[in-house]
Amino acid sequence: MDLSLILPLLVLIPLLGGVACWWTERLSLAWPRWIAAGCFTVDLGLVLGLWAQADLSLAFSASPQFFWEFQRDWIPRFGISLHLGLDGLAILLIVLTAILGLVAVLCSWREIQQHVGFFHLNLLWNLAGVIGVFMALDLFLFFLLWEWMLVPMFFLIALWGHKNPEGRGRIYAATKFFLFTQASGLLMLVAILALVWLNHAQSGIWTFNYLDLLQADLSPTAQYWLMLGFFIAFAVKLPALPFHPWLPDAHSQAPTAGSVDLAGILLKTGAFGLIRFSITLFPEASAQFAPTAMALGVVGIVYGASMALAQTDIKRFVAYTSISHMGFILLGVYAGNLQAMQGVVIQMLAHGISTGALFVLCGALYERVHSREFSMLGGLAARMPQFATALMFFGLASLGLPGLGNFIGEILILIGAFQTAPVLTVLAASGLIIGAVYSLLLIQRSLHGPAPSTEALEDLVPRERGLLLALMALLLAMGLYPQPLLDLAHGALFTTLQLYGGAGG
Amino acid sequence: MSTALLPWVIGAPLLGAALCFVWQGRSERGAALFGVGSITIAALLSALLGSDYLRSGTPAQVHLWTWFAVDGLAPAISLYLDGLSLTMLGVITGVGALIHLYASWYMRGDPRYARFFAYMNLFVAAMLLLVLGDNLLALYFGWEGVGLCSYLLIGFWHQDPANGYAARKAFITTRVGDTLMALGLLLLFRELGTLDIQSLIQQAQLRWPIQDGQGHPLATAACLLLLGGAVGKSAQLPLQTWLPDAMAGPTPVSALIHAATMVTAGVYLIARLHGLFALSPVALEAVGWVGALTLLLAGGAALVQTDIKRILAYSTMSQIGYMFLALGCGAYSAAIFHLMTHAFFKALLFMAAGSVILALHHEQDIFKMGGLRHKLPVAFWSFLIGSGALAAVPFITAGFYSKDEILFAAWGSGHGLWWAMGVGGAFLTGLYSFRLVFIVFWGTAQSAAQTRPHWSEQLPLFTLMLLSVIGGALALPAVRSVPVLEVHHGLILLLVQMGVGLAGIGLAWRRYGRPVGLQRQPLRGWRRLIHDGWGFDALYDRLICRPWMGLAQLNRADVVDSAYTGIVNLNQAAHRFARSTQSGYLRLYAVGLAFGLILLAGVVAWT
Repeated sequence: MDLSLILPLLVLIPLLGGVACWWTERLSLAWPRWIAAGCFTVDLGLVLGLWAQADLSLAFSASPQFFWEFQRDWIPRFGISLHLGLDGLAILLIVLTAILGLVAVLCSWREIQQHVGFFHLNLLWNLAGVIGVFMALDLFLFFLLWEWMLVPMFFLIALWGHKNPEGRGRIYAATKFFLFTQASGLLMLVAILALVWLNHAQSGIWTFNYLDLLQADLSPTAQYWLMLGFFIAFAVKLPALPFHPWLPDAHSQAPTAGSVDLAGILLKTGAFGLIRFSITLFPEASAQFAPTAMALGVVGIVYGASMALAQTDIKRFVAYTSISHMGFILLGVYAGNLQAMQGVVIQMLAHGISTGALFVLCGALYERVHSREFSMLGGLAARMPQFATALMFFGLASLGLPGLGNFIGEILILIGAFQTAPVLTVLAASGLIIGAVYSLLLIQRSLHGPAPSTEALEDLVPRERGLLLALMALLLAMGLYPQPLLDLAHGALFTTLQLYGGAGG
Repeated sequence: MSTALLPWVIGAPLLGAALCFVWQGRSERGAALFGVGSITIAALLSALLGSDYLRSGTPAQVHLWTWFAVDGLAPAISLYLDGLSLTMLGVITGVGALIHLYASWYMRGDPRYARFFAYMNLFVAAMLLLVLGDNLLALYFGWEGVGLCSYLLIGFWHQDPANGYAARKAFITTRVGDTLMALGLLLLFRELGTLDIQSLIQQAQLRWPIQDGQGHPLATAACLLLLGGAVGKSAQLPLQTWLPDAMAGPTPVSALIHAATMVTAGVYLIARLHGLFALSPVALEAVGWVGALTLLLAGGAALVQTDIKRILAYSTMSQIGYMFLALGCGAYSAAIFHLMTHAFFKALLFMAAGSVILALHHEQDIFKMGGLRHKLPVAFWSFLIGSGALAAVPFITAGFYSKDEILFAAWGSGHGLWWAMGVGGAFLTGLYSFRLVFIVFWGTAQSAAQTRPHWSEQLPLFTLMLLSVIGGALALPAVRSVPVLEVHHGLILLLVQMGVGLAGIGLAWRRYGRPVGLQRQPLRGWRRLIHDGWGFDALYDRLICRPWMGLAQLNRADVVDSAYTGIVNLNQAAHRFARSTQSGYLRLYAVGLAFGLILLAGVVAWT
């Protein structure tokens, strides 16, 4: 059997599942939930199966090697095809997507009671787009899927977001999210078209194929401008300073599932884009730009962490910590060595899980306390002991405690970045200190101290408990023995660095 | 054969922690069984491994697994047992088991009894990884792990925000040091290509040899960064401020973590890497100065404290200062020797203080105690012997032998000034330790004491009393693994060193030995300054904490966001302006049209 046929299936299953969710809503509210959970489980199973089949000996090569490729003509006149490819990096990120998709379904089980079918349609379509983005090897298809992700997310925030009586509400947040990503996406579209056009002018062939475009011979100026177009689009999604303001609003207003999706997965598409496209298509320009990008990363680390200190809304707080963590990713991607790059991958996975879990906890809290303000929290350790243990665990993961996945990511990034940019790395390391400050403040403000009320609160229900325990186990496994993940990602990262470093010098 | 048992020394406490965690909400007896039993098993295993090592004399190494491997960086989780780690192992599991036993009595009735033992066992496991880890990254794993447990246990009674503050302060201050240490690790890996301790030191000696008495700048940089980690964990200048506040934790925690084990991790780190520090005379000099200054500042601060645990905390800081001073002189074995005896008598003092505090219903102010000699005889004798060892009463206490060795080393290695500071510190030690004893146990009773003696309280105290006396005669396995500085023990030096400690005790007797009329001096002026730890807290607060938090608060609305809001506002203004032209008045349109035409005609005519 040709396993490459599974690649389009990974996208089609959630797409069709979404339609099914919408249709079956009329039968009962449980149908959409089970269908959505089923879609993610099937996707997870398929991609894990592919992982088991993957030939890791493809690891060392200078040109991209994919475990499986799927290619069908689409618009041959312009060299556009339905071209998907799966390498180690994509497998890991799709596994993360499927897991967090499942988490998103489970944590909405009680929270979402309105338009349940349409909600799950949006959730599934959003993640179908994400899964496609991780596999797309045709820039036209990539852009299509990139935009595809946005619309369902816009609806998730705008329709099921938190109602805010005063000030900026969910519509504001959704619109802001949409404008930022749309405007930056436009830059990328221009860059893609220019790249294709320049390639045509030079070689006489119209193609959107990533593998062909890697060979494009561009003048340094053109390369630099095109690189910027891609970089800005990805930096907005990451988000890197100064393109981050959409994130705190989107996070704080989105429903729990939306926040889990955004923080856990959507941000990773930015990091993925930088690795897959930005630095390999434009290696010289990226190398030239690297000091700036790494500096932006460091600024993001310190700025995000400092901003987190001042937040009073627990979801805004987590949003700013995400900005800080994504700074590490920017630092690592441009460090240009394998340690930093592997660190980036682990950081992506670990941050996805730990921040996803933190948002699940925020959601669980909101269901019970009906507030996200720190002033309404406090003393929860005594009132919800299991919840408190979980929050403590993921808070500690977020400060980079050894033994949990986030530490592996951060230390690898720091070790790698220190080889090429010691001064910036020293500054980045200050993030470890501020990280401790904000994580412990989170624990203090929500769990410890006197409780503002003595009203009994329901501790975690079995669904939440099982979900969080599974995420804890994943983080612990990643922290103690990340080798299988590193081995899987190795080939893709090695090739990326060959393309990047080989030209960059 | 017994090498295979080495992982179980860590495994037992880890398992104990897991069992206690699951056991939450059930009987105290079960939690105590798991919590104390696991450490006792670890202690027995350590004894077995120790006797094996002493017989064979070859270090044992057990490779557990490779943590991760990326492009030449492959830190292993592997354990290494030599004389140095064996000494630490003995202190951690031996004194640790006694403190756990004591804690099973002390914590009775606490609603989170099992949780307490889960944290304590987890701490022991992390501490053991710290001292057994054969790779700096594995050591760092343990290093952060003990920091976490210290945080959890200082803030164990978390209903009181003050405890939470103390816990955060401890974690964050040490984290500053940890981050410096992490940078040291980055530098070492970049330059030497490995983090395995043994090969790292070999590489360093090859690449960074001492030339003309000067260390290689990179060696100095790496050592100073590691020193940053050491001063954080060991509460030395300038990262010492967290330790007095850490006394907010339950007293057994103070005994185990903030006296006997974790705070000595910095000393262990430098001793473990003595081959590296030997390459940088400058860094070693810095280590010695840190110790010498800290021992004086902390000794001075201990003199004016009124909280029984804070006195002991400053005393710990001061005694670790002695250890750093010894390390600075290159007298590694003397430092480890003092580390061991200090663990005995300081754990004893803390536990005795715990007994006093419980008997007085959580009273910690020494001026509200007094006359407890007869009511609490066990605590009294513990304090007398422990303070005697602390003040280095000649010949009959363990502290005398270890402290004298440090002072001899300072003199013998040509650091006359350090020697003088150490001697001055010895005087302060005699004074503050017996000030505490006389105020608490002599004089008139200020409050009613209630005791509920139990063997699990008294057995640890008696054992440590014994060790505080004879501990100086114990053979130190560490001498097999760290350099011993051979110096001449002059008689005059000896007499001076003996004399000052006794003089301190004598002065304490003159001032505080009177039965009546003891008054606390009001805290004013320089006395207040010293009491507050020489003002470091206020300095850091004004210099770092408040400006930083203030800036963050000021920028809560995110200045970057306002920039985008500016764009939006600009757009809206333009939109409003454009809209205002669309008024629906025909005459305005006509005027506009006319003006436009004139303008256009003008432009055409002009060009």
